[in-house]
Amino acid sequence: MNMAFEDLSDRLQGAMTKIGKKGKITEADLKEMMREVRLALLEADVNFKVVKDFVRKVNERALGSDILESLSPAQQVVKIVNEELTELMGGEQEPFVFAKKPPTVVMMVGLQGAGKTTTAGKIANYMKKRENKRPLLAAADVYRPAAIDQLQTIGQQLDFPVYSKGTEANPVDIAREAVEEARLTGRDLVIIDTAGRLHVDDVLMTELKNIKTAIQPDEILFTVDAMTGQDAVNVAKAFNEQLDITGVVLTKLDGDTRGGSALSIRSITGKPIKFTGQGEKLDDIEPFYPDRMASRILGMGDMLTLIERA
Amino acid sequence: EKTRKSFSEKINELFAGFREIDEDFFDDLEEVLISADVGFDMTIAISDVLREEMRVRPGRTGEEVKNIIIEKMVEIYEKGEIDLPVINENPNGLTVILFVGVNGVGKTTTIGKYAYKLKNEGKKVLLAAGDTFRAGAIEQLEVWAERVGVDVVTNAAKSDPAALVFDALKKGKADHYDYLLIDTAGRLQNKVNLMKELEKINRIIEREIPGGASETLLVLDATTGQNALIQAKQFKETTNVTGLILTKLDGTAKGGVILAIRQEMEIPVKFVGLGEGLNDLQTFDPEQYIYGLVKGLVEKN
Ligand SMILES: Nc1nc2c(ncn2[C@@H]2O[C@H](COP(=O)(O)OP(=O)(O)OP(=O)(O)O)[C@@H](O)[C@H]2O)c(=O)[nH]1
Ligand SMILES: Nc1nc2c(ncn2[C@@H]2O[C@H](COP(=O)(O)OP(=O)(O)OP(=O)(O)O)[C@@H](O)[C@H]2O)c(=O)[nH]1
Ligand SMILES: [Mg+2]
Ligand SMILES: [Mg+2]
Repeated sequence: MNMAFEDLSDRLQGAMTKIGKKGKITEADLKEMMREVRLALLEADVNFKVVKDFVRKVNERALGSDILESLSPAQQVVKIVNEELTELMGGEQEPFVFAKKPPTVVMMVGLQGAGKTTTAGKIANYMKKRENKRPLLAAADVYRPAAIDQLQTIGQQLDFPVYSKGTEANPVDIAREAVEEARLTGRDLVIIDTAGRLHVDDVLMTELKNIKTAIQPDEILFTVDAMTGQDAVNVAKAFNEQLDITGVVLTKLDGDTRGGSALSIRSITGKPIKFTGQGEKLDDIEPFYPDRMASRILGMGDMLTLIERA
Repeated sequence: EKTRKSFSEKINELFAGFREIDEDFFDDLEEVLISADVGFDMTIAISDVLREEMRVRPGRTGEEVKNIIIEKMVEIYEKGEIDLPVINENPNGLTVILFVGVNGVGKTTTIGKYAYKLKNEGKKVLLAAGDTFRAGAIEQLEVWAERVGVDVVTNAAKSDPAALVFDALKKGKADHYDYLLIDTAGRLQNKVNLMKELEKINRIIEREIPGGASETLLVLDATTGQNALIQAKQFKETTNVTGLILTKLDGTAKGGVILAIRQEMEIPVKFVGLGEGLNDLQTFDPEQYIYGLVKGLVEKN
């Protein structure tokens, strides 16, 4: 865990100590605590607009409850924050969607370097192990130097076929033909790797829309680096508006980032986070656990203990 | 529909119906800075200075307030001394530059772009494919070497990167190259073993080149939020980071965290990455960067 910033419970305790033990807290005290909540979320890279809405919500709930009578208001606030955060994160784990009639078609999209190609391999690996799927990977990134080599190496490591047509072919054709190839060869899961692109690059965003139209994917997974800062909302909003994504993959969570961008993306798009990347190896993928993410953003591994003590 | 709303547009909005400088004003200003990833502490530092200014001399115009914001930010970045973002050279032969950073930030691409720049300056450049770990990493650097027209030393995938670096140093010296640019695998700063591997690479460079690498450049992705500050601190601890490169500034992210890094550490930004093409690497100019952040508001008046 990231030790660079204080966790929320410490902050709230600190705020309470500053106020002084009074047994009851006033609305002004609550305001002070909300300031700490706001700070903790901002340091975790949650977008400031999302923070604002969130803090307003927590504040209303705290005011409406019997918090003002509580003997341990800091813990009460932590509890409310955690519950609201988990709720916002989606509450429940959302399942991956399989096609009624195989093959299931998945499209990986996102900014440059987010982890699309690696995650394509991880999902294929995961689905083979858990769901007994027979994946085909498709190399539709014709721009990044050696992107095809990268996917082919991953395919070799996992022993899955990789459909590619070199760098001269059109990504829309590659995607369409890959799905056809899967039908012909009895592959029931096709994962299409696309090139990284900026959300403001109209030409390349149109290319993604064209791929989508051509292959009607069951899942469009917006892949995003957990370390992303305030800009996460702009990127996620643009990808969602243009492609109507079906889910999010949050990568590089094996780092020490708080990952507040997860909250921003979730609240801006309303789309579920389906997987998390936990390392560079092809096994390093996990389903998304909303409650764990909530604790992580707040920097509170031991939150449950704290709440129990409350 | 445009989803992009730049920092400068937001600052402009802030000053649009210029109003009394009250608490709401400072709240809004703070939001503008935070949305550029400047970070909370840095944002407060800037707004505190302004608060003090307003207290001492109230009744300023919007224009004056704007100028103070820019001035203060440049001042914080420059810390009183103007660092020209020059790249140190080894006066006695091979100049070794090591590129480090977390996964996917743009190390390999930046090496390609920088090699192109050096080659155009008439330098003899050698690349070292020190990322033997990630799938396709060697091939990626080979494509860049071919594109630029420079040589590259490679070894088999999964081989020891330190051994590769050793080979590249030998070749660099024997064949009288001017520059050796060493690519390394992306690694998160909290991975102790991977960070140790960088120490080993450094020891080999130091053994072969008196004084070691002329530069160790930490590549940062402008899209990254406050974690970049931790990256800078951790990489600085294991490798003697001499400069930063801020990539992907062609998107909508501003990379404002470099101001916070700069405030805490003595590491200047040397280059910025503005795209994926050969020409998309520019020397960092702090005034231009900060001017870029607040451009709209300067030009309007
Ligand atoms: N530590 C860690 N590294 C990851 C994870 N996922 C991907 N990476 C690394 O991040 C870097 C970029 O991953 P890629 O899969 O190439 O990303 P991409 O989105 O396909 O990149 P482009 O095709 O260039 O847009 C590589 O070094 C990967 O090994 C993760 O969950 N944890
Ligand atoms: N838009 C934009 N993309 C960039 C820039 N620099 C690099 N990229 C892209 O970002 C992605 C990752 O770049 P790499 O050079 O592979 O990054 P890396 O740090 O070497 O990645 P690993 O070796 O996997 O850790 C690629 O798709 C690059 O084309 C930039 O300045 N702007
Ligand atoms: Mg890729
Ligand atoms: Mg690389």
